[in-house]
Amino acid sequence: MARRLTPWRWAVLGLAALYFLVPLAASVIFTVDVPGHGVTFDAYTQILSADGFTSSLLLSLELAVATIVVVLLLMVPAVVALRLGAPKLRPVVEVVCSLPLVVPPIAFVAGIVTVLKWGPDHLSRTPLFQTFVAIQNPTFPVVLVLAYVVMALPFVYRALDAGLRAMDVRTLVEAARSCGASWPQALVRAVLPNLRGALLNASFLTLALVLGEFTVARLLGFQPFAVWIYNVGGSQAQMSVAVSVLSLLLTWALLLVLAGAGGRTRTASSRG
Amino acid sequence: MTTALPRTDVAPVASAKRRRRAPGWLAVVPLLAFTAIAFGLPALAILDGAFTVKDQTTGAASYTAENLSTSLQGPYLTALVGSVKLSAISAVLGALLGLPLAQAVVSSRSRALREAVLTASGVLANFGGVPLAFAFVATLGNAGVLTVHLGLTDKGWDLYSFWGLVLVYLYFLIPLMVLTITPALDGLRVQWREAALNNGATGVQYWRHVALPVLAPSLLGGLVLLFGSAFAAYATAAAMVGSAVPLVTLQIADALSGNVLVGQENVALALSLDMVLVAGLVMAVYLPLQRRSARWLDA
Repeated sequence: MARRLTPWRWAVLGLAALYFLVPLAASVIFTVDVPGHGVTFDAYTQILSADGFTSSLLLSLELAVATIVVVLLLMVPAVVALRLGAPKLRPVVEVVCSLPLVVPPIAFVAGIVTVLKWGPDHLSRTPLFQTFVAIQNPTFPVVLVLAYVVMALPFVYRALDAGLRAMDVRTLVEAARSCGASWPQALVRAVLPNLRGALLNASFLTLALVLGEFTVARLLGFQPFAVWIYNVGGSQAQMSVAVSVLSLLLTWALLLVLAGAGGRTRTASSRG
Repeated sequence: MTTALPRTDVAPVASAKRRRRAPGWLAVVPLLAFTAIAFGLPALAILDGAFTVKDQTTGAASYTAENLSTSLQGPYLTALVGSVKLSAISAVLGALLGLPLAQAVVSSRSRALREAVLTASGVLANFGGVPLAFAFVATLGNAGVLTVHLGLTDKGWDLYSFWGLVLVYLYFLIPLMVLTITPALDGLRVQWREAALNNGATGVQYWRHVALPVLAPSLLGGLVLLFGSAFAAYATAAAMVGSAVPLVTLQIADALSGNVLVGQENVALALSLDMVLVAGLVMAVYLPLQRRSARWLDA
């Protein structure tokens, strides 16, 4: 049976490889083979010195770290609690974590823009106004972290839920408790190590989301990485494509690092 | 004394129960409070703004459905229909092309191939937005490598069009479909196929009467997910076509940044509400389907 299917399978895989690799290869050719200049790597060497590259990339990474920390701090206790003490809240959390899927980013940011206008319009004499100003600080826009955490909720929930489904939290915690562990100890030293894969998965999804996010940041007028690429694209076509290729490689690299970290710590903990 | 004994027995049990339940509630509260503010406020703002009209001269606000009816007329309606059409076509194509790819990966025994394709899908499904648009511009745009070398412009090729967008959207929709449908394909037991074949069914009959009915909820769910993902996409279209193809996301962005007319913000909010309604409809179809497929495949 499997043998008869083989040519069909190779055809499908070959076509897929063609479709997914050709744009990448063509992008690389586009950046190094400039008409009239021959083969040159200028597009890549110029990136580092380009105006705004470092600051926008750093901003994106900072936003990503902050978003991952906040979303995990909010979600991990909640999903563990759903398994242990509050199964009745499960549908509530499920709905709350699915709601952001119903509001597309562009609609979400339209709402955020409106809320932020309430600041100057209605609240200018209240202490809340200072909060509105503070969360829009361009060096570190907290409002973007708030938005990204909301946008990451569905993915993080699904990743953590899948991780918890694969293990018996109740038995694990009860075993830890009957061995004399306190509640926090049971969570941190029995549940979380078993959740490592799910936590890494959730972190990676959030990281990818924040690094690539364009809609919310652009319409709120901030310039993280994706917005910077867009702005560069208007004037320097070669460089913007070069950065696009690099950003894909960066995503790959981060994925491999995360996968590597997961594998290494797993072997370390099994030894210890 | 004997009557007092049960009471002292019951009390610790009850208090232990209460102690165990309390952290459960408490741990969920921060999450709910956070979403109430970070998500609830903007959502309320959309609702409120979509139904509010501000008089430009007096500044008095009144509630009306005027914005919503404006958002369903003329260029706004064209954009909404354009978005739905684009998302539907690319979702169907993405599902049709993603399924055989996932099946090819699942049915191969090679673990390396499987890992490679799934990892690549995970990256590519997130490779939307601006970089994707630029990669395709470099490949098939007016000065793109393939366009120039194959002389595609003479053959009527135009990336900055409806079908150009479909081609680009498939780049992240197909991997998304592969990721969605692979667990379902894994859930198809070898025994089902063997049972069907032992009873004299052909491969085609097995797919038609056993595999596809079991897969149907997952397939439909994937289709709906792809639709939602394409419907919400803004960055790719903005970086690629500007406003050459009418899409509702581009209209909202234009209206928000005041590119068109002053005072269009509330129409933007009404358009946002239209999008939320469409996306909500999509989710209302998706979630029950997902639950249904989970029931089959988990058991």
